[in-house]
Amino acid sequence: MIVKNHKPKKIIELIMLLLISGVVLCGCTGSAGNNKEGTDAKNIKREKSSASQPVTIGLSQIGSESDWRMASTESVKAAFSSGAGYNLIFDDAQQKQENQLKAIREFIDQGVDYIILDPIVETGWDSVLSEAKEAGIPVIVYDRRVDVADDSLYACWIGSDFYLEGKRTCMWLSDFFSDRGIDHNINIINIQGTMGATAQIGRSKAIEDAVYHSRNWRLLAQESGEYTTAKGKEVMKKLLAKYGENIDVVYVENDNMAYGVIDAIRESGYVTGADIDKGEILVVSFDATHNGLQLTLDGAIAVDTECNPLYGPRLAEMVEMMEAGEDIEKETYIEEDQFSAVGYIASVNVEDTEYPVTYLTSKIIDERAY
Amino acid sequence: MSKKIRNMTDSNLLLAITVIVFVLMYVGAIIFQGKGFTKPQTFFNILNANAGLIILACAESLVMITGGIDISVGGMTALVSMSCAVYLDYHNGNVPVSMLIALLIGLAYGLVQGYLVAYLDIQPFIVSLAGMFFARGMTTIVNSDPFNVANESFVALKLARINVPGMGSVNKKGVYVNAYVEIGVIVALLVVILMFMMLRWTKLGRSFYAVGGNRQSALMLGINVKRTKFLSHLICSVLAGIGGYVYFLHVGSGAVTNGQGAEMNAIASSIIGGTMLTGGVGNIIGTLIGVLSLATIQNIVATAGLGEAWWTGITIAGMLCVFLVIQSVLMARKKKLMKK
Repeated sequence: MIVKNHKPKKIIELIMLLLISGVVLCGCTGSAGNNKEGTDAKNIKREKSSASQPVTIGLSQIGSESDWRMASTESVKAAFSSGAGYNLIFDDAQQKQENQLKAIREFIDQGVDYIILDPIVETGWDSVLSEAKEAGIPVIVYDRRVDVADDSLYACWIGSDFYLEGKRTCMWLSDFFSDRGIDHNINIINIQGTMGATAQIGRSKAIEDAVYHSRNWRLLAQESGEYTTAKGKEVMKKLLAKYGENIDVVYVENDNMAYGVIDAIRESGYVTGADIDKGEILVVSFDATHNGLQLTLDGAIAVDTECNPLYGPRLAEMVEMMEAGEDIEKETYIEEDQFSAVGYIASVNVEDTEYPVTYLTSKIIDERAY
Repeated sequence: MSKKIRNMTDSNLLLAITVIVFVLMYVGAIIFQGKGFTKPQTFFNILNANAGLIILACAESLVMITGGIDISVGGMTALVSMSCAVYLDYHNGNVPVSMLIALLIGLAYGLVQGYLVAYLDIQPFIVSLAGMFFARGMTTIVNSDPFNVANESFVALKLARINVPGMGSVNKKGVYVNAYVEIGVIVALLVVILMFMMLRWTKLGRSFYAVGGNRQSALMLGINVKRTKFLSHLICSVLAGIGGYVYFLHVGSGAVTNGQGAEMNAIASSIIGGTMLTGGVGNIIGTLIGVLSLATIQNIVATAGLGEAWWTGITIAGMLCVFLVIQSVLMARKKKLMKK
């Protein structure tokens, strides 16, 4: 009997212990969110001028697949720091649209003030963006675009003009060839980004158009390297085995793939460089990441066209303008540079606008933020 | 208390733990996380986003109860969504036929995997591992580029909202928005109810438990063990076909990465819900709560601003550990009491 009376107590104790640990577990994760105070009081409409209430921003980022993307994330995180009066909820979608849709719905449920979205693909956003609109939350789209039937579903878009980037690269190539007096056929390989991404569409179209309008440029192959170094290398190895020394120019749509492409060229026994008449393979790339520029300085990449990842300040500017109730442009392009250490060309002309080409030095690389 | 625990079946005890922890977690989220979790739509969004996973987890639970495992359900989700997406968009297909495609893929998988496991006595892990690779590979063959389906009747079905009467919340502009669920949620709940009834009240349902619990005893009871195993895999794969379609209906796109890791989430949900990997123990309601627990913890992590990818993984791992420890402690406790 005594033993039996003893047992229930122990069991109760045990269960209480488990319950308490459960509560503590919840409390731990809960209090992490509670650090950013003020979520409770957000029912009351925030005064526009009052600085006491932090502005809550939900940021849905594609992933962390490339140096470029990480630099972009860091820039946005820095711009919306708690010191600047923001409460940023960051979500990494790990390359899946599904996760981005889920994150946006969570932002809506949590009643954030603004949603900032870098969409992984252009389509499939109508329903979730109309939910945001229904909830009265403005959505700022940046970098890549969204393709929605009703463009009132998002407040504005800031991004790169990828087609212009491509055009500038092609112009540089054509200026370079005429400068060197190269008149024979030029065989080009295009290593594309993730198919359907805005940057891929713009950059691929630029080279396709350039080849179409040119007399002696030929496109040997177009294949996707999915923006990654590993895939870029794999694809380039395959293409080298197929076309070998016929390749004059490799038009690579981002720096990460360019690392792989350059590796593949060297491992297959070819040389990278601008002297295509001596059998060197000329590589052009985009993004202008730190490593990419280093390779440009070494001459492995002939020209690297910048795709500015530092969106943070521009996005913060947008949010401030919207907070102040000012009108904002529906679409704005971010300023971008072009770098080369093959110093013949000082500027390129695209559609009657002169774009300077920066002659790259190690000083420039050191001074850059990423 | 001890008497109650002693009188409970294993399944019910584990279910009780799951329910208690889930409720505590949700209440904790409401208290600590702020107003987001008090909105009914937050809960319904968890259902909307995980309707497919609920069905996959039910399928997984059934196989696990019978003592097997199936890791091909995630790959099947990708195959089903890509095949249906290609059929709908590139071949101007219609929605009912696309559903039929999903069911047929499930049926074909079930027949092959079930036969291999039950009649050729190959390890279910190996069979479904092959199934998983086959499904992922086939998906790439069907189409390698991700795309969103534009087929009008499909999009209409995808966007269809079923308002939940009496629930809703006021948005920032002061407008009342009714809470809603998607069609997939209704399908998922139907599957849960049907599976629950089948496992609890039918002879077939009981034989799944018997085979999973002890194969020899089941044989002696006159249960056709091979047939039961075959049926568990057949039902599992057909359900995975349905779950794949529900998932597809939610995301609306075909992509090779669709349903990546879904099999692991389904297994984790089943375990959290009190299904034991050793077989013979499990409860479909527990599985449902298991999926909801998993989704809720992910939601808490994300909205707490811990959106870095690895945080989610770590929390799920932590949660699985907590559940497994609680389960094993209480089961050990119960066994001690039973001996007395």
